Amino acid sequence: MSADTMTANGGEQVAFYDLDEHDHPEGGSTLLGFWIYLMSDCLIFAMLFATYGVLGHNYAGGPGPRQLFELPLVALNTAMLLFSSITYGFAMLAMNQNKVTQTQIWLLVTALFGIAFLTIELTEFAALIHEGATPQRSAFLSAFFTLVGTHGLHVTFGLVWLFTLMVQIGTKGLIPANRRRLMCLSLFWHFLDVIWIGVFTFVYLMGMLR
Amino acid sequence: MSAHQHAPHAAGEPHGHGDHEGGAAHGSYGSYLLGFGLSVVLTAIPFWLVMAHVLPNQVAGYVIMAFAAIQIVVHMILFLHLDSKSEAGWNMMALAFTVVVLVITLSGSLWVMYNMNTNMMPMSVEDMRQMP
Repeated sequence: MSADTMTANGGEQVAFYDLDEHDHPEGGSTLLGFWIYLMSDCLIFAMLFATYGVLGHNYAGGPGPRQLFELPLVALNTAMLLFSSITYGFAMLAMNQNKVTQTQIWLLVTALFGIAFLTIELTEFAALIHEGATPQRSAFLSAFFTLVGTHGLHVTFGLVWLFTLMVQIGTKGLIPANRRRLMCLSLFWHFLDVIWIGVFTFVYLMGMLR
Repeated sequence: MSAHQHAPHAAGEPHGHGDHEGGAAHGSYGSYLLGFGLSVVLTAIPFWLVMAHVLPNQVAGYVIMAFAAIQIVVHMILFLHLDSKSEAGWNMMALAFTVVVLVITLSGSLWVMYNMNTNMMPMSVEDMRQMP
């Protein structure tokens, strides 16, 4: 009982000091917060890149990048992700002009490119595993599947988010909350493209140079 | 701090057209197409360098790393609309901190592990084969 009173008193005191503050509008700092999340995500990828950099030469007598990677497929994949990046940009521009249908169409095109990217990546993974180049085969392959797979997982969740937003825009239109969500997803989607630059350069291209 | 500065702006309307304060700036068709064009060029050249075996491997490695670094900057500016003013500079501060940690993580791990690998006895037959 006495503890409750103490808390209540404490709470009142805090409220007294809070009187000075003005109201924080909903979502006023969402974009900064989301940016900080992206930076922490960037550190996850930094760890995975470092792991790949350290373990990437340990083949344990198994196949190396030259035997496994097909650059034309990777180039196609890179193109898919780049196309999805610019179509998302067009969706944002349509949003700025308050054109709901156009926004939805560009979001759908983005989703299709995203799905194409994932399909190609999963096909590549399936082919590797079929050849016996599974994550268990060598440290190089473990690090490879973890790094590229984590990126693919991010794209998957980005797609889930994208479709959720399309439903939300369909039911509620371009309300401020939906605009904010679209801007966050924009950061996320372009950020994934930035990570992919690192992946195709360090994993695929540098791998072929060994 | 920053929240106090643009609280009055954000309180009113949602991000309108001319409202560039607070959040990240909006792009235009021109800036997105420029970013896309640059990205295509900056992606195509490294792929061509590697697939056509134009340069010696070591040189090609440094060149494609440089292309990747340039493309990341292009994406940051033209797609992520990062500038020193967005969110009163806090976006840039967070990025700068991340880059510092990232450089320490990557260079530190590679350096330490490379040193260890070259100074240790080879552990297996495969390691022995990879010895210089």
